[in-house]
Amino acid sequence: MTSMSARAAPGRTRAARAARRAKTTRRAMLNAAGLVVALLALFPIFWMISTAFKPATEIYSLTPHPLPHHPTLGNFNQVINGQAAGMGLSFWTFARNSLFVTVSAVVLASALSLLAAVAVARFKFRLRTSFLIMLLIVQMIPANALVIPLFLDYRSLNLLDSLIGLIILYAGLALPISIWLLRNFVATVPRELEEAAALDGAGPVRIFWRILFPLVAPGLVAVSTFAFITAWNEFVFALTFLSTQSKYTLPIYVQYFFGRNGASWGPIMAASTLYTIPPVVFFLIVQRRMIGGLVAGSVKG
Amino acid sequence: MVDTVGDRQAANAAGTRRTGIRRTGPQRPAGQSALGAFMRRHRLAPYLLLLPSLAAIGLALIWPTLQIALYSLQNFGEPQIVGTEPAKWVGFSNFTTTLADPEFWLSLRTTVMFAAVLVTLTMITGTLVGLLLNRLGKRMAAFVSGAALLAWATPAVSASVIFVWFFSPDGGIVNWALEKLPHWLGGGQQWAQFNWATNGALPAYTIATILVVWQSFPFIAVTVLAGLKSIPTELYESARVDGAGAWQGFRKITYPMLKPIFLILGLLSIIWDFNVFTQTYIITGALGNRDEYNLALYSYSQAFQLPPAVGLGSALALILTVILLIITIGYVRANIKQGAVA
Repeated sequence: MTSMSARAAPGRTRAARAARRAKTTRRAMLNAAGLVVALLALFPIFWMISTAFKPATEIYSLTPHPLPHHPTLGNFNQVINGQAAGMGLSFWTFARNSLFVTVSAVVLASALSLLAAVAVARFKFRLRTSFLIMLLIVQMIPANALVIPLFLDYRSLNLLDSLIGLIILYAGLALPISIWLLRNFVATVPRELEEAAALDGAGPVRIFWRILFPLVAPGLVAVSTFAFITAWNEFVFALTFLSTQSKYTLPIYVQYFFGRNGASWGPIMAASTLYTIPPVVFFLIVQRRMIGGLVAGSVKG
Repeated sequence: MVDTVGDRQAANAAGTRRTGIRRTGPQRPAGQSALGAFMRRHRLAPYLLLLPSLAAIGLALIWPTLQIALYSLQNFGEPQIVGTEPAKWVGFSNFTTTLADPEFWLSLRTTVMFAAVLVTLTMITGTLVGLLLNRLGKRMAAFVSGAALLAWATPAVSASVIFVWFFSPDGGIVNWALEKLPHWLGGGQQWAQFNWATNGALPAYTIATILVVWQSFPFIAVTVLAGLKSIPTELYESARVDGAGAWQGFRKITYPMLKPIFLILGLLSIIWDFNVFTQTYIITGALGNRDEYNLALYSYSQAFQLPPAVGLGSALALILTVILLIITIGYVRANIKQGAVA
């Protein structure tokens, strides 16, 4: 027996070593695959930024190079001083419009969805299930279909070519998913906390602000991110409604610019780089919560 | 809240209705929480809390949807928009015109084929990346998913412009790379000046496909990853003891466990991919190439390009909306089955 196990032992360690080597190889292959996925995902963003810093001679060179040889801020300057798109309007005009519309829509959507989420998560009432199902259905109605009647409605209300008109729409568009996301967060706040506060004599408004609000804050971050992306990216309504150039939001500016001077890739990439920075930064900050919220909202309900 | 007589009457009415609701499960009746106590005194509270949202959703989404249906039954064009002539009810003639229109069938075919390819590719890519993320170390997984989600966070207009630049005939890297490719792989000089945007639907939608897959696989991957994390690892261990390989593990454990998630993601992808507007609008050159329209572009151009035919555009928009609503019913049922609407 002893001799057998003595003879078996080196075999077993050799097997173990082989297994360990196989494991290391597998790990290396997995990491390589991960790296490829990450590079493919980042490449378009990298190429946009790299082009934005290239002088024209390098952009149209017969052999493209990944990085600019003589990086220049010329493209950004053209975009910021307004020469680029031939409108004479600075990038900041459009950035201000976009920021105004987006921030207002985010605030409006967050406030309204918080109220609705409390109603849905804390109260039992008739039509509650119908309301939830309605949310699931209306979020699927395509914006490019809605734009036809809304154009005529806004025309008669004198809201075409108005940023305020867009804010109301963007908040409305973001609401169904916002309520859906937020109700999960409200539902996880233990009722005992509210009861304890009520026993201590806190009124409903105080309970809302001191107990519920801080605990639902992560949910509000997820909802704000979602509403931010909806409003910042929205294209078809802004494209159809806004006719005065100084009222254009950033996506319309980039599109207009691209449509007019389709070949000036340097300034176009500079403009879209500046346009892409805010959502990407915002997103990096809230990334983890966002993923959790989205997954909870779309899959687990 | 102002406690008026009318309020109280409505509250009583709501109260009698409320008694009809069965309280189920471990969920505590709302009346016992502090906010619930507030509600007992004010039974209208949930309705008041919902009111602003309902108003916004009603104005932005529900009322316009009904209007699409109304306009689709009318002869509504330039004179009606300006107001010189009243709208005429024309029955279903907008629909018969549409169904007899070869451009409608072409755009429908483009829409269906584009969606079919997109859904397949995004689901496969997303699932594979999700499976990969699940096997990576913590740091690597965070890096890869972070990188992928940046693609998802890039605005559609930026992404479209970047991809048009990739495929541009002057200076774009795709044509450059195809030119350098050996002949037996389809490369060569003919690619040097190839214009992807103006040569019919196939090249234009090739750009659109790569673009949309790039933007939407991260969401699928992250959702699949979350699902994978919920599968107990013991299942795989016992399967390995029984001699199951990786593929069998996926077929016998992963797929059945994630089936509800795949169903919902698949339906969501169909709904999204059936209605791609921003990207196709920019890639096909702002409605410039009629043979490259999908349903979304065609309905938009009918309603907004001169002369505006709101009736015809609405009929197309309604057809698109109804197709999406049919898929949405499946989506809602999947959600109810999952217990999401509780």
